Amino acid sequence: MAEPLDDYIDAVSKALALPVEEAWRPSVRANLDVSLRLARLVDEFALPDETEPAPIFTA
Amino acid sequence: MTTKPEMTASEIASAVAGGKMSALDATEAALARIKQHDGVLNSFTDVTADRARAKARAIDADIAAGKTVGPLAGVPFAVKNLFDVAGLPTRAGSKINRDLAPAKRDATLIERMEAAGAVLVGALNMGEYAYDFTGENIHDGPSRNPHDTTRMSGGSSGGSGSAVGGALVPIALGSDTNGSIRVPSSFCGIFGLKPTYGRLSRARSFPFVASLDHLGPFARSAADLALAYDAMQGPDAEDSACTTRGLEPTLPLITNPISDLRIAIAGGHFQKNVFPEAVEAIGRVAKALGATQVVDIPEASRARAAAYVITTTEGASLHLDRLRKRPNDFDPAVRDRLIAGAMVPAPMVDRAQKFRRWYRAQLAEIFKSVDVLLAPATPCTAPKLGQVNFNLDGVELPVRANIGIHTQPISFVGLPVVAVPVPLEPLPIGVQIIAAPWREDIALRVAHTLEKMGVAAAPAPRGL
Repeated sequence: MAEPLDDYIDAVSKALALPVEEAWRPSVRANLDVSLRLARLVDEFALPDETEPAPIFTA
Repeated sequence: MTTKPEMTASEIASAVAGGKMSALDATEAALARIKQHDGVLNSFTDVTADRARAKARAIDADIAAGKTVGPLAGVPFAVKNLFDVAGLPTRAGSKINRDLAPAKRDATLIERMEAAGAVLVGALNMGEYAYDFTGENIHDGPSRNPHDTTRMSGGSSGGSGSAVGGALVPIALGSDTNGSIRVPSSFCGIFGLKPTYGRLSRARSFPFVASLDHLGPFARSAADLALAYDAMQGPDAEDSACTTRGLEPTLPLITNPISDLRIAIAGGHFQKNVFPEAVEAIGRVAKALGATQVVDIPEASRARAAAYVITTTEGASLHLDRLRKRPNDFDPAVRDRLIAGAMVPAPMVDRAQKFRRWYRAQLAEIFKSVDVLLAPATPCTAPKLGQVNFNLDGVELPVRANIGIHTQPISFVGLPVVAVPVPLEPLPIGVQIIAAPWREDIALRVAHTLEKMGVAAAPAPRGL
C-alpha cells in the first residue's frame, strides 16, 4: 500500500532531478516525516508580518 | 624537562619559550603518543609528521637566535578534517571529497594558530559532512571514547574529542553547527568553546550550514581554550559572517572573580529529556556557583525544531549536486536525511529563519537580567558505539537525532558556550556555560573558576 508521503516524494524527486531508489525510500520517508513534523511545529508559531528572517543581506 | 601526556598547552608553551623543553621534543612526544594510542582511538585520519617536525625545528631555531616566540610556541594541535590543510584534500569525513585536489593553503585558523607558534600534527576523524552527533564514520570507522573505547566519542568533531580526551594533543579545533564541539567535549570529558556566531573565521573550512556553522577549540583546561581562542580572533574578509569587532582577549580576564556574575539554571526544555547523570552534573555546577534561580527560555523546543529545519534544508542545498551524481558514495544515513531535507517546502525554511529572529530577542531579554545560563551539554554520558535508541523520559527515541537536544537551541542564536567536563564515575559528562553574545570572557571565567574549585576537570583517559 502506498504511504501518504510517497506521491510527494516522487513529485519532488522528479522536480529536483534527485534520484530516490526504492531501497532508500523507507528511510527518506521516515526522515521527511520527522522534518515536516518539526517544520510544522515552527509553522504553527504566529509571527508578526514585519518579522525579518535572521540572516539580513547587506549591500 | 620531559614531557608528560597531560601537559596543558600553557605548560608546554611556557616550557618551550623558557628553554626548558624544545618544540621538537614536544612535537615528538605528541607524535609518539599518537602512534601508541591512535590505533585504538582512531581519532586521526592524517598525521603531518614531516610538516610538524619542520615547524618545530623552526621555532627552536628562533628561540636559539633570541627571537620572540608566540604564546603557543611548540604546542602540538590537530584539526577536524574539514579544515583545509595545505597538501591534503579536505575530506570533511566523506568519501566523495577525497577526490578533491589537495588544498593549496591552510584554513585561516590554522594559520593563526601557527603564527602564534603552535605546531599542526594532523587532521582528525569526523562524522560525514558534519551531519552527526555520534563520531561514527562509515568510511574511516568510528573515533572512540578515550574513557571507554567501546563507546562513542560524540560528534561530529569526534576525532577532536577523542584526541584531546586521550591526551594525544593538548588542543584540537573543530566545528559546531548544532552541538558538534559541545557533544564530543561532554562525552570525552574535556573543555570545548563554541564562540559567538561570526567570532572566528571559517575561511577555508568545508561548510555544512552557513547560517549556523561555528569553529572553535577543544582543550584540557579553560585557560588553554582562552589561549587558543585569543590567538584565533580577528576579522577575515574571506568569511562573510566573520565579525569586524576588534580583538577581545580573554586570557587576561580568566582569573577575575565571578562574584559579580548573575548565574541561573536554564529551565523548561533544558530540564527535560535528561538522564540522572546530566541532572547530577548540573546540580554540582550550580551548587558550586551558588546558582539557584531557574530561568525558562521560552520556546526552546521550537528553537530546536527550527534549527533542525534550517540544518536539513541548507545541508541539502549544499550537497544537492553530489546527491544527484554520487548518492551511493554517501553514508546512507546521511544521504537519506539530506534527500529528505531537499524536500522540505521553502516557506517552512523562511519561517524557521524568522522564528530565529524572534527567539534571539527572547534570549537578549533574558541576558539583561542574567550573565550566565547553565544547561546540560548532552542528555547522557557516552552511549555504546552503534547504539540506536535510548529511553528519554519514558520515551524510546533515536540516539543519533537526540544527543544534541540541549545544544541546538543555543547555537541556533549563536550564543558563546564553554562546555565544561564534570568528572563523574564511570564516565564524564559536560555542562554548558552559556553567555551573552561576544561574552566568551564570562563563560571562560566561570569555566576556569569551576576548574579551580575541582568541580570541572578533564580526567586522565581511563580507556587507554
